[in-house]
Amino acid sequence: MAQNRRDFLKTLATIGVSTGAISAVTPQVAKAGPTNILSDNRMGVLVDATVCIGCRKCEWACQGAHDKVQQDFIEYENNDVFKKARRPDTNNLTVVNKYDSELLGSETIKLQCMHCDHPACVSACIVGALSKEENGSVIWDTDKCIGCRYCMVACPFQVPALEYYKALDPKIVKCDFCFERTKEGNLPACVEICPVEALTYGKREDLLIEAKKRIKNHSEKYFNYIYGEHEVGGTAWLYLSDKELAGEVFPKLGNDPAPGVSESIQHGLFAYFVPPVALYALLGGIMWLSKDKDKSEEKL
Amino acid sequence: MIKHLHKPAPITKKYFTPGVILISLIALNGLVFLLGRFIFGIGAVTNLNDQYPWGIWIGLDVGAGGALAAGGFTTAALGHIMHRDKYETIIRPALLTAMLGYTFVAVGVFTDIGRWYNIWHPLIMWNGNSALFEVGICVMFYLTVLYIEFLPIVTERFMGKVNLPGILSRLNKPIDRLLHTLDRGLDRTMFIFIIAGVVLSCLHQSSLGTLMVVSGPKMHPLWQTPVLPLLFLLSAIAVGFPMVIMESLTASHSFGLKPEKEVLTSLSKFVAPLLSIYLLGKISDMFIRKTFVYLYEFNTISILFGIEVIIGVIIPLRMFLSKAVRESTTGLYIASMLVIFGVLMNRFNNFVTAYNPPYALEPYVPSIGEISVTLGFVAIEILLYRLFVKIFPVISLPVEKVNFKTKYAIRRNSK
Repeated sequence: MAQNRRDFLKTLATIGVSTGAISAVTPQVAKAGPTNILSDNRMGVLVDATVCIGCRKCEWACQGAHDKVQQDFIEYENNDVFKKARRPDTNNLTVVNKYDSELLGSETIKLQCMHCDHPACVSACIVGALSKEENGSVIWDTDKCIGCRYCMVACPFQVPALEYYKALDPKIVKCDFCFERTKEGNLPACVEICPVEALTYGKREDLLIEAKKRIKNHSEKYFNYIYGEHEVGGTAWLYLSDKELAGEVFPKLGNDPAPGVSESIQHGLFAYFVPPVALYALLGGIMWLSKDKDKSEEKL
Repeated sequence: MIKHLHKPAPITKKYFTPGVILISLIALNGLVFLLGRFIFGIGAVTNLNDQYPWGIWIGLDVGAGGALAAGGFTTAALGHIMHRDKYETIIRPALLTAMLGYTFVAVGVFTDIGRWYNIWHPLIMWNGNSALFEVGICVMFYLTVLYIEFLPIVTERFMGKVNLPGILSRLNKPIDRLLHTLDRGLDRTMFIFIIAGVVLSCLHQSSLGTLMVVSGPKMHPLWQTPVLPLLFLLSAIAVGFPMVIMESLTASHSFGLKPEKEVLTSLSKFVAPLLSIYLLGKISDMFIRKTFVYLYEFNTISILFGIEVIIGVIIPLRMFLSKAVRESTTGLYIASMLVIFGVLMNRFNNFVTAYNPPYALEPYVPSIGEISVTLGFVAIEILLYRLFVKIFPVISLPVEKVNFKTKYAIRRNSK
């Protein structure tokens, strides 16, 4: 025998102890994921769709603030783009769409990243490149990104986009809540330019109070619902409208945080590395026992 | 008890046959598109877009590829951990398949991710919340373990036979000594890697299932369930042996060897119970979540689900229950193929069919480029397998002498 049973046991025990020791240390490391702060003072934007005139100045300002390709200012008054519903993409981090409804007339609505309170993309990102910052914005570190697009798979609002046609250095792109501008005390570019004040930037909790006040004071004008208050655990961007937005403009979503189920499975499987270590020990035991059995058979 | 003695040995049959040339062409075609992907970007070769970020490169190359390489850890568990000696002959081919399979899972990921030069990032940038992180780490470790498990076969092939030409011949002795040291060291420690291989497999096979859970309502309820990780693990375990049977029969046919029918027949006894457990899991999940209502809608989705479950699970389950099928080469081959098809279909359905983004403009259909690359990778795997079994002692051939104990993993021969 190349190795006797005592050696086998000894090695197995050593592995057991060392794995145990490693797992005792690792939980902190393993949990050292991305920044994910849910500050009480996080900011948000209240979008009042009943005020929006669909001028698309926000698109122009956004492109300017993010070094994207801008068209001539006058081009944004061309209403032909409303013929089809657009999605935020690599050059338009925000888009304004027009939704026609026979019952309630047409309405223009601005779309961009919702900046979830419990972002699925932050939970999903393999390298923890995405983060939820204290001011409420969900941003990312391009240098970390490996381009796996799992954030796109995870996002319930289908927002992140990828530069698919770049062979080198393709980037994940989405609204960053003008992180660089707000850091310096400026308003997000879209909020700043909006000529009719359809967008209100402020603390999320204050915005909720404001939204409820508007619904209460003008119940004839608003559909009694704030989209984003509870969806997937709440979003930084909140929407008021004269009709129900869930279903047509936005997906119908539950109120549980989007990454909840997957994170609990993930943490259940790896609870302090106990299940893997236990499985290892179990298999080691079976191996050792059946080795014994095998030997007695060989003697026959 | 001296019967059916087999010893792994390199195959001597010639490499190129008309079939191999055809496979080479498929491989070449794939490589052309692969080149296109790296020169012009993912968008130029694939039909992937912002609505459908993942296609068959993830669904088949990674999802199904990982599952179909499960033969490696299931046979290792059976042969090495449970010490069922009679399955010794199938362990090496299964190990080789797993090694090549996982290598191409990694290559598939490398091809699919946009910023491939950052593929090493998960090693130092951790996100314990991410199922993909766990898959990535486990696959990296498991791939290393598979290479280590394969090393004894390499040392066995070259020990005492190192014969480098010309000036390099001076290195013959040191390399041989290195091989001997390596061999001794591996012999003592191999069981650590074998157990680790099984644990790592169980972990990432299930985490592959967790991957799509985070997409929530974007995934069709017929497949979206919190028990996805369990279903993925069970199906991977169930497909392991059929994959080994299919490969063994294909290899013996291709090399003109006698099929190892006795071993395969007794291996096939495990398939029906394993498949039943998987089917039970899948059906009970369906009834608990009451998703069978979606089967009344007669559409592409329900048809694909039906094909997956009926042709891919129920029919082969019935076949593997029959003694006549298990004892016939053709029966075994067809039944195994159906299980493989079922798991392939299941992974495709989970990653592609079920994924239904809220603002999809048009459904995703894999492009010629994507299909070419996927087929190309499979073709290259087959070509490499053929090459490896010609170089290394992988496939067992009948021998006259009694002393046959294969030198692999834990040695039980007395010294």
